[in-house]
Amino acid sequence: MSDKAPRLSDPGLPEHVHRKADSDPAAAKKAERQVAILFTLSALGTILFIYSYIWVHTDRFIFIPIMGDQNASQLGMGIGLTFSLLFIGMGAIHWAKTLMPDNEVVAERHEFRSEEADRQDFVATVKEQGAASGLGRRSLIKRSLGLSLGLIGLSPLLLLRDLGPLPKKSLEQTSWKTGTRLVIDPSGRPIKPSDLEVGAVAQVLPELAPGQERTLENVGKDAVLLIRLRPEEFELSPERLSWTYQGIIAFSKICTHMGCAVALYEQQTKHLLCPCHQSTFDVPRAAKVIFGPAARPLPQLAITVDSEGYLVAQKPFTEAVGPSFWERSS
Amino acid sequence: MSSGEKVAGSVANYVDERTGAAKWLKKNLTKVFPDHWSFMLGEIALYSFIILLLTGTFLTFWFDPSQREVIYHGSYLPLNGIHMSAAYDSTLHISFDVRGGLLMRQIHHWAALLFMSSIVAHMLRVFFTGAFRKPREFNWIIGIGLLTLGIVEGFLGYSLPDDLLSGTGIRIAEAIIQAIPIVGSYLSFFAFGGPFPGTSFIPRIFTVHVLLLPGIFLALITVHLMLVWYQKHTQYPGPGRTEKNVIGYPLMPVYMAKAGGFFFVVFGITAFLGAVASINPIWLYGPYTPGQISAGSQPDWYMGWLDGLVRMAPPIETHAFHHTISWNILIPGVIVPGIFFTFLALYPFIESWMSNDKREHHLLDRPRNAPNRTALGAFGITFMLVTLANGGNDLIATHFSLSINQITWMSRIGILVLPPLAFFVTKRLCLSLQRADRELVLHGKETGRLVLLPHGEFVEVHEPLTDAEAWTLTQHEQLPALELPEVDAHGVRRPGGLRNRFRTKVSRSNAEAIAKPKPDDLKEIEHH
Repeated sequence: MSDKAPRLSDPGLPEHVHRKADSDPAAAKKAERQVAILFTLSALGTILFIYSYIWVHTDRFIFIPIMGDQNASQLGMGIGLTFSLLFIGMGAIHWAKTLMPDNEVVAERHEFRSEEADRQDFVATVKEQGAASGLGRRSLIKRSLGLSLGLIGLSPLLLLRDLGPLPKKSLEQTSWKTGTRLVIDPSGRPIKPSDLEVGAVAQVLPELAPGQERTLENVGKDAVLLIRLRPEEFELSPERLSWTYQGIIAFSKICTHMGCAVALYEQQTKHLLCPCHQSTFDVPRAAKVIFGPAARPLPQLAITVDSEGYLVAQKPFTEAVGPSFWERSS
Repeated sequence: MSSGEKVAGSVANYVDERTGAAKWLKKNLTKVFPDHWSFMLGEIALYSFIILLLTGTFLTFWFDPSQREVIYHGSYLPLNGIHMSAAYDSTLHISFDVRGGLLMRQIHHWAALLFMSSIVAHMLRVFFTGAFRKPREFNWIIGIGLLTLGIVEGFLGYSLPDDLLSGTGIRIAEAIIQAIPIVGSYLSFFAFGGPFPGTSFIPRIFTVHVLLLPGIFLALITVHLMLVWYQKHTQYPGPGRTEKNVIGYPLMPVYMAKAGGFFFVVFGITAFLGAVASINPIWLYGPYTPGQISAGSQPDWYMGWLDGLVRMAPPIETHAFHHTISWNILIPGVIVPGIFFTFLALYPFIESWMSNDKREHHLLDRPRNAPNRTALGAFGITFMLVTLANGGNDLIATHFSLSINQITWMSRIGILVLPPLAFFVTKRLCLSLQRADRELVLHGKETGRLVLLPHGEFVEVHEPLTDAEAWTLTQHEQLPALELPEVDAHGVRRPGGLRNRFRTKVSRSNAEAIAKPKPDDLKEIEHH
């Protein structure tokens, strides 16, 4: 298969055009000087680099127009390094372009396919040597080898098993229990309904038992956002309404899409927005998804107050918080 | 003989007496490489990789890849007394208390961006010029492997400091792992050593980032270069250049000086960027905690398209039989990228199958002369640009005071409409350019000189092309469409009728071209 149509004729490689420096010694001398200047500039750059490293303190700042205040040590070293590298490169390239031979050379190419005789010889050799092993005839060896090779990959996989524990039910559980107090993050202070004005937001975590340490794994599942609306603004089912307290509603702060912290609350529209992928949740309607890739509302935490008037969880979350996973049942 | 020549001579002698490599070295030191600016793109990728190895090694001397909790007491006062991981603490230490540490961190990050950019630019050059065709399919696949691993390596790299921004990126990666049906939660627990974030992930990805992946890179790059060496470089068409030769300059001394010099230039440019352009100022983000986030979270650009896909995904999940499948994560995070990269890797074989072209190709195509391939490339680029733009939809919204919902909807529609549109427009543009080439060969260049003829008519003088120019514009092949009759010579229906019909159709579309001028056409013109 090829294009058989007649073509124009190939005029062949154009004649070589000589550079000025090839024939004129003065031009060559000039090019040599230029290369030498470039290399010298590089040396100066290295001196600037060394000077900045040794004598410029890391806490010194200088004002540079447009760029503003810059760390003098970082800038001096950076510019020094830039000069030392860039001018070596430019010198070498200028040298190559002006003074090294620029005659184009023609090299032949050969097709990679071997001669037909060699190819047949090769195939015959492979067949012959392959037959010598007897693999084709001795099927017992073939099958047992297949079995062992097939299984050998299991060992390294098995060794990876201890990388981590099995998930069990842990993705479905949080630290929230019936009666757990809500405490402000990060101060750890319990919170009363009166601490939160209408329109205000607070990030809370479950109160720690004495001696208990809070880990990032806990925060990643327990983080809850409190938002206070006017009670008449809710559009909730009676059950969900009973999970709020005097207009205060609590949602898991962990996005149901990919687990980012849903941190942007817009007071005017009462929308919660996840900054990662812009999933938008409507707070008065139990954090229903109104935009973006999230498929489920943020889980709501049922809250009330205890005998001392502090906000507490009525009960644990009724569903898993955070992004979806295969074993998630709703 | 100068003293330099004497030294060179004795070194060559010393090496040969111990290796017997004189013949091989002579042949290879004068190996010919064709010259073109676009052949530098792959070189930039190679040099950024070396810069990454050098600066990365420096960073490991101080970086502590541990999620052990420490309290910061370094010289950056706004974070004084804050609880953080040792990884974040040591990154702050490198940035503020190690002389040149911030410079090296910034050069490392800039070189990583340059590495990925030059790989993509190099890949596009290879794609649009058809350099991936036989015998270079293996090298194309290695290249796609390097691109894919580069994305992973970059992601792991910027995840190491354990700051609020990168921790959010890891959280998203964890959600993608967790979304894989059946084994997702298990894989996530194995990767993180338990529930997210745990204390194992940073040390583990550190080993992958500094040992495993760089080792694979080194091996793949070596094979990539050896194949380029062995198969000889492709060249652009032009007078004297054929499928049977390669025209250029010898490695020694011209390319050694040029390529060696170019390494320093690339290093110098990244050093300049590292010196003046702040990148990833992790001290502004604070340490990672899953309960907080910074607005306007953006990954590095080579991950941006993936984030953009996720952002435009429809909110679909399947809940059935007490199990959940998150299509809103799987489609943009696994399925679409999987299809894209598989297609990319297999493209040389797909093209060869469709055109039934099993010949070797060493002369590059001018993109206009392969309109379907060029249009397909434009399709892919447009697809990526739409996703990339949507990856920054929040920034576009805040900078231009637009509605984020409208931008997202534009992207959702755009991802379906714009790539086919780009395909169509590019194909027409290629054919128009072919037409322009034909005009140029037949009627020459416009000179802008007007001549008044005796009878009062004005004509513009056209200057004929040189033979070399005319050859360059007409040397390409214009292949006829494949003929795959549905019945064979005996009137029996051939198997795979549907497949053959598809191939015929594609091949007909491939054969669509503006006929290039033939010698007779030119002769005819000369008569006038």
